[in-house]
Amino acid sequence: MTRTEGAAGTVSPHRPDASRMTARRRRWWLEVGWKYPLAALVVFYAAFPLAYVLSASLAPSGTLTGSTQLFREISGQNFAALGDTRFWQWAANSLVIGVSVVVGAVLMGAAAAYAFSRFRFTGRRLSLTSLLIVQMFPQMLAFIAIFLLLVTLGDAVPILGLNSKIALICVYLGGALGSNTFLMYGFFNTIPRELDEAAKIDGATHAQTYWTIILRLVTPILAVVALLTFVATFGDFILARVVLTSEQNWTLAVGMYGWVSDQLNANWGLFAAGAVLASLPILALFLFLQKYIVGGLTAGSVKG
Amino acid sequence: MSIDNAVVRESHARAWEGTGWGFAVKLVLMAAVNAVGLYIAWSAWDVEQWGVLIGSLALVAVADVVYFSRRRLAGKYILPGLVFLLVFQVFTMAYTVYVATTNYGTGHNSTQEQAVDALLIQNERPVEGAPTYPLTIVEGEEGPGFAVVSETGQVLVGTAEDPLTPADGATVEGDRVTSVPGHDVVGLPALLADPALQEDVLELRVPVSEDADDGSYRTREGTRATVYASSLDWDPEAQTMTDAVTGTVYAASDDGEFVAEDGSSLPVGWRVGVGFENFTKAFTDTNYSGPFWKITAWTFAFAFLTVATSFLLGLAIALLFNDRRIRGRTVMRTLFILPYAFPAFLSALLWRGMLNSNPDYGIVNSLFFFGQRIEWLTDPTLAKLAILGVNLWLTFPYFFLVCTGALQSLPTDIEEAARIDGASRWRQFRAIQLPLLLISTTPLLIASFAFNFNNFVIIYMLTGGGPRFTDTSAPLGHTDILITMIYQISGVQGGSADYGLASALSIIVFVVVGLVSALAFRRTRKHEEVL
Repeated sequence: MTRTEGAAGTVSPHRPDASRMTARRRRWWLEVGWKYPLAALVVFYAAFPLAYVLSASLAPSGTLTGSTQLFREISGQNFAALGDTRFWQWAANSLVIGVSVVVGAVLMGAAAAYAFSRFRFTGRRLSLTSLLIVQMFPQMLAFIAIFLLLVTLGDAVPILGLNSKIALICVYLGGALGSNTFLMYGFFNTIPRELDEAAKIDGATHAQTYWTIILRLVTPILAVVALLTFVATFGDFILARVVLTSEQNWTLAVGMYGWVSDQLNANWGLFAAGAVLASLPILALFLFLQKYIVGGLTAGSVKG
Repeated sequence: MSIDNAVVRESHARAWEGTGWGFAVKLVLMAAVNAVGLYIAWSAWDVEQWGVLIGSLALVAVADVVYFSRRRLAGKYILPGLVFLLVFQVFTMAYTVYVATTNYGTGHNSTQEQAVDALLIQNERPVEGAPTYPLTIVEGEEGPGFAVVSETGQVLVGTAEDPLTPADGATVEGDRVTSVPGHDVVGLPALLADPALQEDVLELRVPVSEDADDGSYRTREGTRATVYASSLDWDPEAQTMTDAVTGTVYAASDDGEFVAEDGSSLPVGWRVGVGFENFTKAFTDTNYSGPFWKITAWTFAFAFLTVATSFLLGLAIALLFNDRRIRGRTVMRTLFILPYAFPAFLSALLWRGMLNSNPDYGIVNSLFFFGQRIEWLTDPTLAKLAILGVNLWLTFPYFFLVCTGALQSLPTDIEEAARIDGASRWRQFRAIQLPLLLISTTPLLIASFAFNFNNFVIIYMLTGGGPRFTDTSAPLGHTDILITMIYQISGVQGGSADYGLASALSIIVFVVVGLVSALAFRRTRKHEEVL
């Protein structure tokens, strides 16, 4: 580099420097620069439908229009109209079901992972293997048997039967152990066992060790499991549709499907406003927990 | 934390004195568990659901043993999740297998005994020349009922569940009942003013006795009750139903139906085991075999192509933007993964609207296809393309995240060595990066395949399985995958139900998914110690 400068000497001090700049710039364009327009393209691909739904939610007409001008008119009409529908009731149902399942699944999964990771009991390997086999089969596939089981249970105890949110929560919790224990088990194994032993020597009971020491150290994995469980519960359609029969018990997935499933009576304005509101909390959670999620995902769980 | 430290700094555990509030909490929780369990058992006893009764008692007993013994530490931690797992996953899987071997479904819902009762009741007709009784409508806890005055002046009360029985303490005025303890008397004006109640009353059937063969009391106008008897005659010895009007004899068959000699059958049948018939039905029944093979092929193609396209796109983007010289990578990454963070069912529904064939409504046609009318969701081939396209949009961010993570954890020294040896960039990628990347991502690729194999939401929300096949009467279409096919023919949504066939198909899917997962598991286990 310095050689060019030195050789050029006093003859024309700016020229080589300028050509070097162009060369550098060309190289920069060839290697890095072209990726910026490409990034813009990818961002357009990824974000266009979302910008579109936001625009449609703010438009005063009740249709998704083919208009290429997004955000041409801004009005809160669709959001206000949500108040006349069951949207908030469904959102509350989704939230209640989601939060209950998250709390139950995290507590039960963590407890089981703790037992498998810390205790050596007869049948431990067998239980782990059976759990591994059971979790291979998606619970959703057994929806007919779940339907028939709830018909029978509801005959005796209506609150555990069809059209009960509690019954649906129980069904979801049935899938909790299978899908989360392994993810947590791996993480629990990375917490040094010396911590437990020290606590035990200090006279802590197993319950104290679990609640006050271990649970605090595994918070990241609890967050991942909580998020993935919530997203899965929130987005489930088939079990919610099979179990919840009356409209006031529906979740958002079931209810909002009803809004647009019929091509002729589809109310896209309402749908767009509802979609924006329903997705905001999940988007926020995802973006905040991004770095935990990548770790959790590569540990072997999938979301569609 | 070492022992020395603990001695210096007094641990809070030292203040612990045996059974404190922890034990109290446990006691309260266990009392609640016992109460709920016993309540379920008692209710089950009431309606004679013996399976539920035994199940709930067993679970309560196990819980008491585990939590009140000093040992069984691991059990205390595993039991809560295990109970739910056993009831709602393991049991339901086993029950699916059982249902798959029966003809359970519309017309075959219950036991033979219940089917006989249902048939007898369905075919009830007014008995010719039977006496009619003055009738008063009453309402109790169990809904509306009949109160009649018998020839001896006694008041008899009955509801849909309870046959007419003498009621003590009832008062009568003429042939009208004016009050019945435990029931409200509904006067004629009140009855006429309540259309919903009228309907209930006209449909009300008060059995003469517990035996459905004895007939029932019914009313046509709400003021007089008549005896109805079934036109069918049930002969338990011969296992036949005889139609008293036409004289046709229907005999119980092995298929769980009453069949006459001319081949006609009565509409209500019962549940019987059919062995592997449901499994062969999927392959041989003209209504299902054609769609079944097409749907199976498309399910595999859909799952495979989704994984392949989104992995390639995700990998390409990850490779291009995993470059330290690019600024704003964090922002880019956040924007790239937006589709993944958006709830999948909302995305599918949104795309359904965007892909509307009418360019006035569908923005995809109006913006990218010059306002052409392209039938994205109603043409068999285009609908498949649309599904793959939408699922690519939904899934590529996942693989972008995964590949970025994997790329960043690759050892840099090997790449450096390759560069010094003069390997081209393509060669570096082919010979070093890709193989290393595949090691860590293969289990995820297989898991993603298994997930998409059952990706109900995208299919059901985007096309609903349509466009429909024209060569079958089953409600199936070109973009249905196995799980949506199972949903459509199961009839849990109403319509004609075939739980047996749907369960048999579920088991086929179980097997496929199980095999794929087992493959994934073997792969994973090669790289990490799982157990």
